[in-house]
Amino acid sequence: MFMYYLRLSLLSYRRNPVLSSLMVLAVAIGIGAYMVIFTLNYYMGGDPIPAKSDKLFHVQLDYGDPAVPNSTPPPQLTYIDATALLNLTPQHPRTATSKFSAIIEPEGNEIRPFSVDGRGNFSDFFTMFDVPFKYGNGWDRSDDENNRQVMVLSQEMNERLFGGNNSVGETILMHGYNFTVVGVLDRWVPIPKYYDLNNGAFNSIEEAYIPWNLIVGMELRRSGSTNCWKAPEGSGLQALLNAECAWIQYWVQLDSTADQSAYRDLIDNYAAQQKQLGRLLFPIEKRLFDVNEWLQEQEAQPDETRILSALAAMLLAVCLLNTVGLLLSKFLGKSAEIGVRQALGAHKGSLFIQHVIEAGFIGAVGGILGLGVASLGLQGMHVLLGDFLASGWLRLDITVVSVTIVLAIVSTIIAGLYPIWRACNINPAIHLKLQ
Amino acid sequence: MEVGPIFRALMRNKLGVVLIAVQIAFTMTVIVNAVFIINERNDTMGRPSGMDEGNTFYITSIGFGDNFNEEVTAVEDLNMIRQMPGVLNASLTSALPVSGSGSSTGVSVVAGQRESSVPTAVYDVNERALSTMGLELVAGVDFTASDVLVRTRDNNSSPDNIIISAALAAVLFPELGIQAVGQTIYNANEQPLRIIGIVQQLQAPWPTSPFVEQAMLSPLHVIDGTSTYLVRTEPGQRDRLMVEVEELLAARNGERILRGLRSMEDTREESYRVDSAMSKILYVIIATLVFITAMGIVGLAVFSINRRKKQIGTRRALGATQGDILRYFLLENLMITGCGVLVGAVLTLAFNMFLVQSFDMPRIDWYYAPVGMLLLMLVGQLAVIGPSQGAARITPALATRSV
Repeated sequence: MFMYYLRLSLLSYRRNPVLSSLMVLAVAIGIGAYMVIFTLNYYMGGDPIPAKSDKLFHVQLDYGDPAVPNSTPPPQLTYIDATALLNLTPQHPRTATSKFSAIIEPEGNEIRPFSVDGRGNFSDFFTMFDVPFKYGNGWDRSDDENNRQVMVLSQEMNERLFGGNNSVGETILMHGYNFTVVGVLDRWVPIPKYYDLNNGAFNSIEEAYIPWNLIVGMELRRSGSTNCWKAPEGSGLQALLNAECAWIQYWVQLDSTADQSAYRDLIDNYAAQQKQLGRLLFPIEKRLFDVNEWLQEQEAQPDETRILSALAAMLLAVCLLNTVGLLLSKFLGKSAEIGVRQALGAHKGSLFIQHVIEAGFIGAVGGILGLGVASLGLQGMHVLLGDFLASGWLRLDITVVSVTIVLAIVSTIIAGLYPIWRACNINPAIHLKLQ
Repeated sequence: MEVGPIFRALMRNKLGVVLIAVQIAFTMTVIVNAVFIINERNDTMGRPSGMDEGNTFYITSIGFGDNFNEEVTAVEDLNMIRQMPGVLNASLTSALPVSGSGSSTGVSVVAGQRESSVPTAVYDVNERALSTMGLELVAGVDFTASDVLVRTRDNNSSPDNIIISAALAAVLFPELGIQAVGQTIYNANEQPLRIIGIVQQLQAPWPTSPFVEQAMLSPLHVIDGTSTYLVRTEPGQRDRLMVEVEELLAARNGERILRGLRSMEDTREESYRVDSAMSKILYVIIATLVFITAMGIVGLAVFSINRRKKQIGTRRALGATQGDILRYFLLENLMITGCGVLVGAVLTLAFNMFLVQSFDMPRIDWYYAPVGMLLLMLVGQLAVIGPSQGAARITPALATRSV
């Protein structure tokens, strides 16, 4: 019966091709446009690490100058606090991390020296954030403690330096020091880049990773933001390390709720202690944020996508209202046919099912076309946004495709409910008389 | 007039009316707010930075060898660049307007008074910055070579003389404004800084900053391995010189790398990319909605005309002219869209209120809604004109057929 009704739908489409195509077009455009915005939101506003987002915590402390009203505390930590926290809870996976830039001088003359966008972090960084490796591994804690000159490369950097071959064990000259490659990352595109929202939440990941202590030890050029709320006393690097200047992101992984509340107490105590020493004078309400809380606190999702999703929802509504009108025209235009079928003994129920299938058919065709509209739209987004997005992450995946098709069919059927009801309640007598 | 009969006829097909009216209302809400957002963004993007952006570019030199002497290299590099034909001037700068990266500090009129400190962007430059950037000095004097302080990172002293933007002068010295030349202000280290000049305009590097117009130029060259050269060219020479300058610098010294060769125009485009993308997306949404809504109006008009063919024929047989029929459908559409835009005006304002509350957007100007209403009524009329003409061409003879 389903196949028969499907065939009837096809026939009915052919009988009235202009009206039917108009409907398909309305559904396709509405759904397509909505899906482009949905995809943007789905990626930008989504949970970047669903399995662990409630176990990874960002630490914020009571930073800022109480004399300056209405200031928001800088989102990073000072060197004093980061090193204190590192030593306070070595039992939990934790990492201090910050960015640097340095010059790599490749061996031989084939590749000229170039500047690299790097990150200093602790060994736990790789396991905490589920960083995928293609070759080798991260380093371990003893390497952190012994300031060993080890390096992990991104897939792109490994491609550039070693042509994509397994480079574990190779040596790289950076900033005048020799580093040994211990690992090469696989493709890794965290969206947003939740572990460091300060430096472009949708930028690409860094190209080289080294033990964080080396940034200070080798006096590497720090990149990324630094916020000071008190002028450093004295000058040079040591003054910066002692100063009230925040430039370090700090993350800790706390698996159980017991650990979490214990850690919360620990941080609160630490803040109170420091306050007694005359530091941390700008009180804040919350010091521990899990990944999603942190994304929200830092307003990682751009306003634009939220405004656009409201507008796209209205666009979809207009398209569906359009479909209601066009279905109404179409079904009432078939009054005579419906009259004949009723006269020949068709139940209202089977008429209802027939027309639901017809509406669903139009929705499905519209949905498939809508996928085309959506993928065109997403390509347009990439062209428009360029470097703002890490390349290649905005694409139709299985979730988006299935949401599109289901949304198209369901919404067209819902839009068709009233027209269908009207069609099923036609008085056959009138239409038979006219035959 | 026929308003009464048309209204009563419409009441017999309430759903068709409601469908079109609601579509028009939503369409109007989206279009008017989208146009408002586009205009807002265009205003932001259109703000000048104070610089001669069309004819300037910059490049960064990063030294790495043991024998690299940054100070000497910079002086020599800049001299050679200045001698190239087509170059107007070249200078050092630590940051650039619109680029999104730079540093800021707090300055105050009274030393150590942090409560009253005013935020400002800081550009560390040399004595040629004003003419290279193309800034207009409105009071006081330009830097001279003797003003420039060269120091390493291990020291945080600042030069004594500074030049500030007129907007910063107005915030620091509301009574004096650009007469503030000769006044002394204090930085976060409580070091006195003397204002020797004021420029008409110079934006901070961050376009979204709340203190985007507050900037200060300080004659300072920090020796930290990295120098950024800004070059201003004669009109039309920029693209050629960008290539030539990079080649010159690359050939001159092997113990450094060059990066970030970029024109100010590209920098601006990149910084405002999200804004311009947003505008373009909104244009697409507007065009799509107008198209869909117009199609909807056409579709329902054709349908309702087809259903009333006989009535139209009867009216024509009873003496109605083609013009009467045309006017009937135009008027009918006007009544439907009229209802739509009235609801639309309310929805438009409501949506704007949502934007104001959720995204700190400004309130919409009063004239947006009326203009939107008029435009949508025009769209309605244009969409229905084709089907109405078709209706007007129905022959009176139709009334006599198959009854």
